[in-house]
Amino acid sequence: MPCTHTSPRDRRIWEHPILTFKRGRKIKFFFEGQEVEAYEGESVAAALYAIGVDVFSYSIKLKRPRGAFCMIGKCSSCFMKVDGVPNTRTCIEPVREGMRVERQEGLAEIPTDGGEGGVEDEEVLETDVLVIGGGPAGLSAALATAKYGLETVVVNEHFKLGGQLLKQTHKFFGSKDLFGGLRGFQIGEELSRKVMENPNIKVLLQTVAYGIFRGGWVGLAGKNKLYRVKPKAVVVTSGASENFLTFPGNDLPGVMGAGGAQTLMNEYGILPGDEVLTVGSGNVGLIVSYQLLQAGAKVKAIVEILPEIGGWFVHAAKVRRYGVPILTRHTLKAVWGKERVEGATIVQVDEKFQPIPGSERDIGCDLVLIAVGLTPDTRLFAQAGAVMRWVPEVGGPVPLRTRYLEVSIPGMYVAGDASGIEEATTAMLEGEIAGLSVVTKLVGHKAEVTERREKLLKFLWDEYRTSPLMARARAGKESVTVSEEEMEEIRRKNPPFVSFG
Amino acid sequence: MMGERTLNFRSTGIIGTEELSKLGLLPPEERLRKGPVAIIECPELIPCNICVDACPFKAITMERIIDIPKVDWEKCVGCGTCVALCPGLAIFVVDVSKPDKALVTVPHEFLPAPEVGEEVWLMGRAGKRLGKGKVVRAWERNKTWVVTVEVPKELAMEVRAVWVEK
Repeated sequence: MPCTHTSPRDRRIWEHPILTFKRGRKIKFFFEGQEVEAYEGESVAAALYAIGVDVFSYSIKLKRPRGAFCMIGKCSSCFMKVDGVPNTRTCIEPVREGMRVERQEGLAEIPTDGGEGGVEDEEVLETDVLVIGGGPAGLSAALATAKYGLETVVVNEHFKLGGQLLKQTHKFFGSKDLFGGLRGFQIGEELSRKVMENPNIKVLLQTVAYGIFRGGWVGLAGKNKLYRVKPKAVVVTSGASENFLTFPGNDLPGVMGAGGAQTLMNEYGILPGDEVLTVGSGNVGLIVSYQLLQAGAKVKAIVEILPEIGGWFVHAAKVRRYGVPILTRHTLKAVWGKERVEGATIVQVDEKFQPIPGSERDIGCDLVLIAVGLTPDTRLFAQAGAVMRWVPEVGGPVPLRTRYLEVSIPGMYVAGDASGIEEATTAMLEGEIAGLSVVTKLVGHKAEVTERREKLLKFLWDEYRTSPLMARARAGKESVTVSEEEMEEIRRKNPPFVSFG
Repeated sequence: MMGERTLNFRSTGIIGTEELSKLGLLPPEERLRKGPVAIIECPELIPCNICVDACPFKAITMERIIDIPKVDWEKCVGCGTCVALCPGLAIFVVDVSKPDKALVTVPHEFLPAPEVGEEVWLMGRAGKRLGKGKVVRAWERNKTWVVTVEVPKELAMEVRAVWVEK
């Protein structure tokens, strides 16, 4: 078993055209018993990848090497044993001086004593509003509820606020009233700062909402601490996870979600690969490919199974100008390599998307970027018994909701990618709309709130989403948006076991 | 190159002057001859109006946020402010008023930063290196460099990026 952590590699990016990486102080921790260096503020997964570690674990049955994929705590491929605790999501676990990190080989044994620093007593939290998720939608919702005096708790799985805004280095489209023209991470920093400064908002980092229970209780699990909350309203902005593809070699380290690579590169300043093949030409694939060029990688090609590029022309033009080919009617056949990706075979497809024999081509690369869409993370809605529908246009199962974003569980709201995949600007709009709906419900009717909410709704539905580029998502969202009366009918037919407020 | 230009930009990621012209995104010949002018290569209905607010001369307009930007060629002086601010990096300034060389202004977000006087690679829309040209002006706004380079006149409508050798 090769031990890659002795590799002299330094994958950290020290010069970048857009970003200045503010690395914390140098610390030391142990990987497989050996002392290694990292910078405070890095996740365990990022720190390991930076020094050349590709293999994070060996699979349960076949003991195949596994690497990190999503980097935001959604996929489980970076599970490691940290200070004796197995199945730790190392991508959202910050490095600490002296911590001990080990690879898992096969199924981990769960410690019976609760591990080091076991769970203390459960704390009962008092709050008006619980916002689950600290990305663009959640932060916008919290700022809206807090503005009108509602005590608001924001829970966030990651140890940093801002969600996926933190890794967006491109300037946002839209209008200047909606942060348009600013770079995503700048918007994330601004929203996070406002939330941290707001006396009505309490932020719980590294905390996950694990379930919704009878009587309107929500269970939260923080670092060595459990909470029980009975809020008057819940806004769920749990985001999305990256889709995966089936192909031989898809579990090799170096096959990474486009967002995962973006996290490494733009949040931590670590180059995810030197030579890249991107699968999927939607905006995410195009934007991340461009950002890889900016970070100094070579993007060999972007393959797209459809006859047309998926994303916006302007994003495609940006990579084309620097010589990146976009191969439409092409797909990935296989990825190969020993302990990590060494190359990939691509193949042309016919009108029925079937591979054309003889058209295979090998491409040497150490990173295969999977950019084939996202699936809304809606498990809390499903668990709470909200009425849901599978909507392919927005990426998967999403809760039915009113125009004001309340779902069939009274007092529960949805915003952002969890409401159906769009992008960060609509997430911020939806977040604020959901927050203002909570205000209307808990504080009572206020002309100013209604006016603002109507203005946002009008902009979202009658202007922003009328772009043909948004038509698919718009149709999807329309199909799950019901009137207040229809929602009452839905609730009569599917009586919720829980409600808030 | 010529073959590519006749293809649709949705399948190639490359837009041709014919397509730009059809969408009203190319200034008329006589305006081009007068001096620098912005060319916005933004053919889709993106919900974005950053360029409208960016223009100090109010030369760019749109009725709805999802419209294609419309440039008033007489108001536009080719200052390049919109080049720096366009989130799609889709705006360029072209100046074919000089007798010998044309000047093309492009956005640039790569290291190293370009320096006035140095020779850089001139890149076409398909990433082809079309030759080298001298940087005559370079300024930066929120990490986007706006670079003006000298190009042979016949390449004024071809050069859309520069590449600075490390």
